[in-house]
Amino acid sequence: MTTSTTASPGPSAGSAGASASGTSRAGATSAATTGAAATPPSTRGTAPTELGHKARGRAVKDQLARVVMWAAFLLALVPLVWILWTVGSKGYHLLLDAQWWTNSQRGITSRREGGGAVHAIQGTLIQGLTTAAISVPIGILTAIYLVEYGRGRLAKAVSFMVDILTGVPSIVAGLFVYALWVTTFGLQRVGFAVCLALVLLMIPVVVRSTEEMLKLVPNELREASYALGVPKWKTIMKVVLPTAFSGIVTGVLLGLARVMGETAPLLILGPYTKSIATDLFGGLMPTLPTMINQDRTEVLQPAVDRMWASALTLILIVLLLNVAGRVVARFGSVKR
Amino acid sequence: MSSVTGVSLADETPGPHGSAPLSGDGAGTGRLGDRLFGGAAKGAGLLVIALVTLVGVFLLWQAIPALARNDANFLTSREWSVDGAHPRFGIVELLWTTVTVSAIAMLIAVPVGVAVALFITQYAPAWLSRPAASLIDLLAAVPSIVYGIWGLRTFGPVFEPVQGFLQHTLGWIPLFTGAGISGGSTILFVGIVLAIMVLPIVTALSREVFAQTPVTHKEGALALGATRWEMIRTAVLPFGKPGIISASMLGLGRALGETIAVTIILSTLPDGAKWTWSLLNGGETFASRIANNAAEFDTPQKAGAFIAAGLVLFVLTFVVNAIARVVIERRKAFSE
Amino acid sequence: MKIQRLGLLASVAVVGSIALTACGSDNNNGSDAAGGGSSSSSSSDCPTGTLNAEGSSAQKNAIDEAISAFQDTCSGATVNYNPTGSGAGIKQFLAGQVDFAGSDSALKTTEKDGKVEADEAAKYCGSPAWNLPMVTGPIAVAYHVKGVDKLVLTPEVIANIFNGKVTTWNDASIAKINSGVTLPSEPIKVFFRSDESGTTENFTKYLNGAAPSAWTAEPAKSWTGKGEGKEKSAGVAGAVQSTEGGITYAEWSYAKDNKLGIAQIDNGAGPVELTGETVGKAVATAKSDGQGNDLRLKLDYATKEAGAYPINLVTYEIVCSKSKDPAKAKLVKSFLKSFASEQTQKSLEEIGYAPLPDEVRTKVDAAIDALS
Repeated sequence: MTTSTTASPGPSAGSAGASASGTSRAGATSAATTGAAATPPSTRGTAPTELGHKARGRAVKDQLARVVMWAAFLLALVPLVWILWTVGSKGYHLLLDAQWWTNSQRGITSRREGGGAVHAIQGTLIQGLTTAAISVPIGILTAIYLVEYGRGRLAKAVSFMVDILTGVPSIVAGLFVYALWVTTFGLQRVGFAVCLALVLLMIPVVVRSTEEMLKLVPNELREASYALGVPKWKTIMKVVLPTAFSGIVTGVLLGLARVMGETAPLLILGPYTKSIATDLFGGLMPTLPTMINQDRTEVLQPAVDRMWASALTLILIVLLLNVAGRVVARFGSVKR
Repeated sequence: MSSVTGVSLADETPGPHGSAPLSGDGAGTGRLGDRLFGGAAKGAGLLVIALVTLVGVFLLWQAIPALARNDANFLTSREWSVDGAHPRFGIVELLWTTVTVSAIAMLIAVPVGVAVALFITQYAPAWLSRPAASLIDLLAAVPSIVYGIWGLRTFGPVFEPVQGFLQHTLGWIPLFTGAGISGGSTILFVGIVLAIMVLPIVTALSREVFAQTPVTHKEGALALGATRWEMIRTAVLPFGKPGIISASMLGLGRALGETIAVTIILSTLPDGAKWTWSLLNGGETFASRIANNAAEFDTPQKAGAFIAAGLVLFVLTFVVNAIARVVIERRKAFSE
Repeated sequence: MKIQRLGLLASVAVVGSIALTACGSDNNNGSDAAGGGSSSSSSSDCPTGTLNAEGSSAQKNAIDEAISAFQDTCSGATVNYNPTGSGAGIKQFLAGQVDFAGSDSALKTTEKDGKVEADEAAKYCGSPAWNLPMVTGPIAVAYHVKGVDKLVLTPEVIANIFNGKVTTWNDASIAKINSGVTLPSEPIKVFFRSDESGTTENFTKYLNGAAPSAWTAEPAKSWTGKGEGKEKSAGVAGAVQSTEGGITYAEWSYAKDNKLGIAQIDNGAGPVELTGETVGKAVATAKSDGQGNDLRLKLDYATKEAGAYPINLVTYEIVCSKSKDPAKAKLVKSFLKSFASEQTQKSLEEIGYAPLPDEVRTKVDAAIDALS
């Protein structure tokens, strides 16, 4: 690998400014690749030859690309820093209060300060993990089917259906589960119904990302395993999945991040309650998104503070999961 | 080609339709473990098909009675009155808003997202690469409701002068005529916010794919005298293209169906407002119109009309995905 | 390997949430009252259990206060109220999802799309469903114009502003009724509720009732005028606050909390400022429209009574007169009784609602007693 120099002339410097660092490189490249090495050294100092022109153009382009990539990265950081700063600076002080982590909002109105978010944190964790427990196996198995087993019409159909599932708007998923759970079966709205709607949203994310990762596992690995007489399922479990592990974890976490922050289906299926509720199958279950949603329609300071604080809490939880996942991915992945 | 490079997969990457990378059927030994595992994978695939079919049938079943009573042309009418014995509703406006919002989001998110992914995998110094990836992933950890609140309260006011400037200087283009909607709640602005939401999705997947580019390809390019940018253009990008398209589709799915952030930010227009092509106008996407009215679905006819809109969104995503599929297929055919 | 790792991750998370559960507490009174919540739990008419209710967002702040007060006295009871909208409340009530519904309008007795709401509710309850007026709240016409602290509007002018016929603040029709006020020439920016809402319905009912010639559209939950739509009361109020020249309609508390200008309304008997008193006066003139304990109130929007603020909405709690579940019935009764009590009603005034007039309150009280 070439070591990269960090010196990058700004676009304003243009060709003139680039010549200092540019020519040496251009000269080196042209010398290495073409017969231009034969040209007398005098040309280097004065007007460049046609080839030099070309080479310099390439070098400039290369530098330009480097600048663009850096710029894109910095540009992407702007909203990130901005959002985190906004949420963090407005929400942090409530998080420092021990009450935030130990109490619910029971009995607290938008005019009153105090109370905590423990009820919503529990709800979010329980629903997120339940959703993941259902959709990750289904998602990964489906991806395995598509990449390792599937062929013909059925596989085409599955792939197609996953595409369609990607397009299910979260609110429609909520409507669907409502019609199934409440209208058809006549059941009460409970936390588990929310999980079902979230499963619909999480499966396609898991399938698509896992599928991409599985496809990238070199066939030689599979072949080598088969050659050693390892059965296909063991090959998949012991060779293919571990190789793609870090990518799969990333995909799962992206999916989990999405469903944990999902609000729309909860508006229909998971009404908010201010009291602690941990039963997935009985009663309403509060979550952080619904808590945010409740408080965002208020203009009074206590409620606004709580809104930012619960937003920050939600971000922190997803972040922690991400870190945990990354650690798992690092230890779990096959050294390459 | 694979025999030469040793680890090339580009040409053997299984098709999106799941044609297996190699005829591994022979590897399936027919042992119990294999049959169970294969069965489970197939079962998961079938489950996905069943789920989508169920959702689709439900949507149709709910939508058809309302559509049958619709007095206006569902596809071309701009009206939306779903009450009473003679409902008149059409989706033109919703379609326009949804498509433009998503198009703006993708126009921004895909180039930036890919550039960021390239930055992380190809340009960033080793010490920065991992943290940079985590930082961008952090954007995915921000729930959409937080994007909505941040967009409305923090980003919107800042964007207002930008919009004023656009309207002032580019007002002669129909896309930028002023429509009297306050800045920070227009189609253009929502598109930008959605771009930020979609960015981490595009980046995360493209990044994983770029990272898998065979080292031999890259080193080969460099050995031939390619600059880093040329190496990326000739080795990394072609290898990663199907991945980029996949990532973009995932992102697009999110943009098309995003509900809560759009609902919070985008100003709606009253019935019978003048039609404009302006991006500086308000409007409603399919998802935000459903969300705005979900609370008041008190009759099946009304709910049916909205679900019919949801169905169109479904079909829209599907069409876009199908096109992407064709593109990937064609590209593969050429690269053989 | 992978499964073990994932298991590890999952167990860490589960342990974490259990740890949270272990120290989570619903008691938020410990710091205020030294005795804590448990001391007052055993008062005689304090049933235990959970009530779920859903509906109108216009009464959210009021019912939140009432719930807080009720739970303070009865710590064994939990009441949840979700402000999703009147239609949603009624829908969930009919689907058996909630124990009572909050609504900005009484159950409809006329047929709509083949169904009569009141009959549906009676069918679900197995007994007539009653509408109990519980909270009355004024709708403020809130504006944001620099330098204009006092603004008088008549129903006709309001209607013309909101249907887009009057477009600048210094329009002759506004200037005529606001002599002595310097009105800027800037455009009027109208904001309306983009979600379907009972507030919109009540506001358009007022416009239609007080200025029928200027506002011809049927009152409806979705907006039929002009302007720019924002989500929920907080959305419109927030938009007006940040937009010079903005005007909207919103519950009083939102206008107050956002520090917006509130227009005085002149229904023909001189300008009336929005205060608890003027609202009470208007609500007192409301006529009862129901039978027996089904207490529908009919507001006279075109009222010419001096000193009565005419734009109001009444929100109801919709309950089954005979509940299927006696335990729930006891809880509903106990909660509503506390809600309708003079003390709770009085406390609503400072948060932007008007207490029920005594005459109505006695009727409501009697109706609650008759619930079973």
